[in-house]
Amino acid sequence: MIPAQFDYAAPTSVEEALALLAEHGDEAKVIAGGQSLLPVLRMRLNAPGIVVDLGRIEGLSGVRDDGDVLTVGAMTTHAEMLGNPLVAEHAALVTKAVHHLADAQIRHRGTFGGALAHADPAGDMGAPALALDAEFVIAGQSGVRTVPASDFFVDLFETAIGEDELLVGVRLPKHTGWGAHYEKFVRVAHQWPIVAVAATVKAEGGTITEARVGLTNMGSTPLRATAVEQALTGQPATEETVRAAAASAADGTAPPSDLNGDSDYRRHLATVLTRRAVLAAAGG
Amino acid sequence: MTVTEDRPAAAGPAGEIGRDRRRKEDQRLITGRTRWTDNITLPGMLHMAMVRSPFAHAKIVSIDKSEAEAAPNVVGVFTGADLGESQGVLINAWPITPEQVAPVHLPMPADRVSFAGEIVAVVVARTAAEARDAAELVDVDYEELPAALDLKENAEDKVLAHPDLGTNKSALWVFDSAEAGTGGDVEEAITKARADGVVVEREFRQQRLIPAFMEPRSVVVDPTGEQNTMWSATQVPHILRFALAATTGVPESKIRVIAPDVGGGFGGKLQVTPEEWLTWCLARRIGKPVKYTETRSESLMAAHHGRDQWQKLTLAAEKDGTVTGLKVELLADLGSHVAVVGGGVPVLGAFMFNAIYKFPAYHFACQTVLSNKAWTDAYRGAGRPEATFGIERMMTELADVLGVDPLEVREKNWIKHDEFPFTTVAGLEYDSGNYEAATEKAKASFGYDELRAEQQRRRDAGDPVQLGIGVSTFTEMCGLAPSRVLGSLDYGAGGWEHASVRMLATGTVEIVTGASAHGQGHETAFSQIVADRLGVPFENVEVLHGDTQIAHKGLDTYGSRSLVVGGEALVKAADKVIEKAKPVAAHMLEASVDDIEFSAGTFTVRGTDQGVGIGDIAGAVFAAHDLPDGMEPSLDSEATYDPINFNYPHGTHLCAVEVDTETGQVQMRKYTCVDDIGNVINPLIVAGQVHGGLVQGIAQALFEEAVHDESGTLVSASFVDYLVPTAADLISFDVEHNTTPSLTNTLGTKGVGEAGTIASTPAVVNAVVDALRPFGVDDVVMPCTPERVWKAVHAKDGAAADGADPTTGAAAAHFDTQDTADRSAGQEGAGE
Ligand SMILES: Cc1cc2nc3c(=O)[nH]c(=O)nc-3n(C[C@H](O)[C@H](O)[C@H](O)COP(=O)(O)OP(=O)(O)OC[C@H]3O[C@@H](n4cnc5c(N)ncnc54)[C@H](O)[C@@H]3O)c2cc1C
Repeated sequence: MIPAQFDYAAPTSVEEALALLAEHGDEAKVIAGGQSLLPVLRMRLNAPGIVVDLGRIEGLSGVRDDGDVLTVGAMTTHAEMLGNPLVAEHAALVTKAVHHLADAQIRHRGTFGGALAHADPAGDMGAPALALDAEFVIAGQSGVRTVPASDFFVDLFETAIGEDELLVGVRLPKHTGWGAHYEKFVRVAHQWPIVAVAATVKAEGGTITEARVGLTNMGSTPLRATAVEQALTGQPATEETVRAAAASAADGTAPPSDLNGDSDYRRHLATVLTRRAVLAAAGG
Repeated sequence: MTVTEDRPAAAGPAGEIGRDRRRKEDQRLITGRTRWTDNITLPGMLHMAMVRSPFAHAKIVSIDKSEAEAAPNVVGVFTGADLGESQGVLINAWPITPEQVAPVHLPMPADRVSFAGEIVAVVVARTAAEARDAAELVDVDYEELPAALDLKENAEDKVLAHPDLGTNKSALWVFDSAEAGTGGDVEEAITKARADGVVVEREFRQQRLIPAFMEPRSVVVDPTGEQNTMWSATQVPHILRFALAATTGVPESKIRVIAPDVGGGFGGKLQVTPEEWLTWCLARRIGKPVKYTETRSESLMAAHHGRDQWQKLTLAAEKDGTVTGLKVELLADLGSHVAVVGGGVPVLGAFMFNAIYKFPAYHFACQTVLSNKAWTDAYRGAGRPEATFGIERMMTELADVLGVDPLEVREKNWIKHDEFPFTTVAGLEYDSGNYEAATEKAKASFGYDELRAEQQRRRDAGDPVQLGIGVSTFTEMCGLAPSRVLGSLDYGAGGWEHASVRMLATGTVEIVTGASAHGQGHETAFSQIVADRLGVPFENVEVLHGDTQIAHKGLDTYGSRSLVVGGEALVKAADKVIEKAKPVAAHMLEASVDDIEFSAGTFTVRGTDQGVGIGDIAGAVFAAHDLPDGMEPSLDSEATYDPINFNYPHGTHLCAVEVDTETGQVQMRKYTCVDDIGNVINPLIVAGQVHGGLVQGIAQALFEEAVHDESGTLVSASFVDYLVPTAADLISFDVEHNTTPSLTNTLGTKGVGEAGTIASTPAVVNAVVDALRPFGVDDVVMPCTPERVWKAVHAKDGAAADGADPTTGAAAAHFDTQDTADRSAGQEGAGE
């Protein structure tokens, strides 16, 4: 499979990259790890005039402790996220989810920022980011702005990042001490999730004091199961209460129908997986 | 290349046969430092790219090539109209009935396409990238025609795949035991069973599968020189040469075909393909070497597919479980054309529905049907997995109806070990086997009784995770095939194999086989056979194959034939070498030929300690200074072997699955098989064949399906959507053997290449159904996806009982949705 011809630029600063994007408009496409972009190019589903590689820009990767938040550089690879102790301690939900993302080869190249910017509704990073109330740091010609997760995901493969903007980082509010679990349902291990549920809960003395639940592939963007979160708050973390709360997991969702299942089946899965994810999060 | 043996010699057998030799070909295959077809680069070589139809059925109104022709470094753009008859035609080598209806199969049609993926134009350019770019610029104007996509509807001619033929029905092939004199009348048996026995009627779907070999197909043609050379990633270099000669008018002696290292086939590369014909035609037309390598998407879309049948089965039995008759009615989807052995695949199954059983009456009828999907042909097992699935599902259903253990009805009906040789109701003579022993062994290592007890506990407790136990036995006809049998079935060729053995001056040996490997390990196994036979070191044997200049004669690799037919030819050629060497040995040892004995590489004079090694004899013959009077100075020998019968491996496979009734997820728990594949040349290679075969069969049961949308476009057109399982999805299998040597060849071997695939599919589906019996489920359509399983469990809520809701029809492929807004529409993606 050979992509259509394109020019290639490897800027060494964010400013230079932004200038290239401004110059080429919708002819330009950013490449991070290339694990989603390259298949698209090779299948000729897209043919940009120029590909702007972020790989040579220093300072775009790594995880920094910024007090109440962790700041993750957009170019931090999935593999780095998986092994990062700060993430494991303060945003365990991401560690749990990235563990199930694709395979070691892809995790080695694919990036946290690329996955979120790509905004595949079946992608594994969206629901955890949404559940953790992440903030997206977006750079443009006129400066840097911050977008809350609730506004970041716009539609299928569409985010708040403008054509001439770059995602430079993601701030993850610390959820230190919260239990976390990512329940991913697939037919074969190397698959995108059919449905997945990201749950993280704070429990005190067997009672859930706070809960965050994100859904993967239950609509055109990652979704928050707010009804479930509310129903869980203040409840004992028992099979019975969690089951009751999880029953509303699919409320307000519009899951797709595809080769792996129709939307009704996905709605059903969401309730089962939510129960399992919350119980596992509460248990650990 | 030599590979060191790490197994201690003391633990292995004395000779080479039976040793766990690591495959000597693997290092070069795995590192890629070898000649895959796509690695071949010739001076001045041009590259081809195909323009393929996006429509399943359409008239080609016009093709505008001008923009593509003007693109950089494009040498030419060609359509079917441009090439006309010069492109030749593709052959069907097995017209299964004299009346068979088959459309003419041009490599590139000029006026009408009949499946999505058919080639409508070819671009030749200096580089592959330029060819690909220019292919995008070819503007084809189509007028879409109604597409024939549903097998059952196609059999009723609702929509015609080829309107000019007037029907989709290609051939009706019938076998009836009463007519053939091999058994009784099925209708009588069914009538009687309806009155005072049991009749089980079921309909099963064999979904369409894609062989999905690892190396995409590739072909290079060099039209310079006296013999024009074609390199192709093919299983069948000899058949390819024959077919090229037969259909293009080029004399066979002017054609050299080379199958260099070939990365898998599973039947998918036994085709003679439009891509080969077009590369051949254009290289010769332009006068320069041309290469074509397909993309993975093209491979999934346009290389032949497999299976795709509806099976309607009626089983008549007495109340005690004794089967009195089996009636099989099949519809088989040929796809757009009748492929090289396309129509014959279900016919291979005709002899296997009766399996290991003593059915007194049998009727088989198969209607082959044309459609507007990719053509179908052999896929690992070819006809026999379909048959085994059908009968093994039925035997399990019979046991369920009678309320007995599924192994019990099988035992009641199978051929007992002391009844061999046994002539079956389909007219085959089974030479050997021991179904009782294999089954006993399998039950014991599986822990059958304990698992049944656990199953009961889970049922009683209403566990959301239920346990299912599936049983399947199998036998198959391997070693295709005795030539006279093929003749009686109107097959276009024989079934012999050719081999030669060359003794080199320095004592090393070259052996040449016509059975060209594509990943099976022939080089290792054949070396072991000849090393033992001639008493030379394993390392001193080189196996040559796959080039018609070196292996001038052969019928290639498919149908588990290489060892049992090709290996036997080698044995015969090696024995001739020994016979030729004996007079030389006698001459050198000054003894009478009658007193010469041969063992472990040395010729000795009976009753003395005088001897001479075969290597020394080879040297003496090379020098030819002092040979017996009148002796031709050569030990080289060849043999062509035509098998006298098929051979019949068999086995008992037991599978346990855990089914999560909340999600429908099926998890393998335990898999045990005990196969009888006769004597084993290399246990390690056999283990590889069985493990890989099992995975492929399990994949049919649980994972793989070629899905088309309503317009006939293949939706599962990448590995994101066509789910080939990996080691991460399966468990380690418990693979054992019970050996009864085959009586139909010297080595006592039986085929193993397809065994695992054949038996595992029904074992797994039987296990899934077994887990769901408490929910009133008696079938789940393949592949048993979580969605289908879950729907089967909840059938009482209104879904189809077998989970067969066609939800997949409306489905979108992952990549199709990448840049489009409507995820459920499955439309093609454009730019972001
Ligand atoms: C076989 C396979 C299996 C996979 N399985 C999974 C899976 O199970 N779960 C899962 O979540 N993912 C999966 N992925 C996708 C993987 O996670 C990708 O790495 C990720 O989606 C994209 O990250 P990337 O760095 O490779 O981005 P790229 O492919 O380089 O870019 C993706 C998109 O984001 C844009 N982009 C990238 N970075 C930025 C930025 N900083 N600012 C603005 N735009 C940007 C690009 O322009 C492009 O449109 C799989 C991929 C493959 C090839």
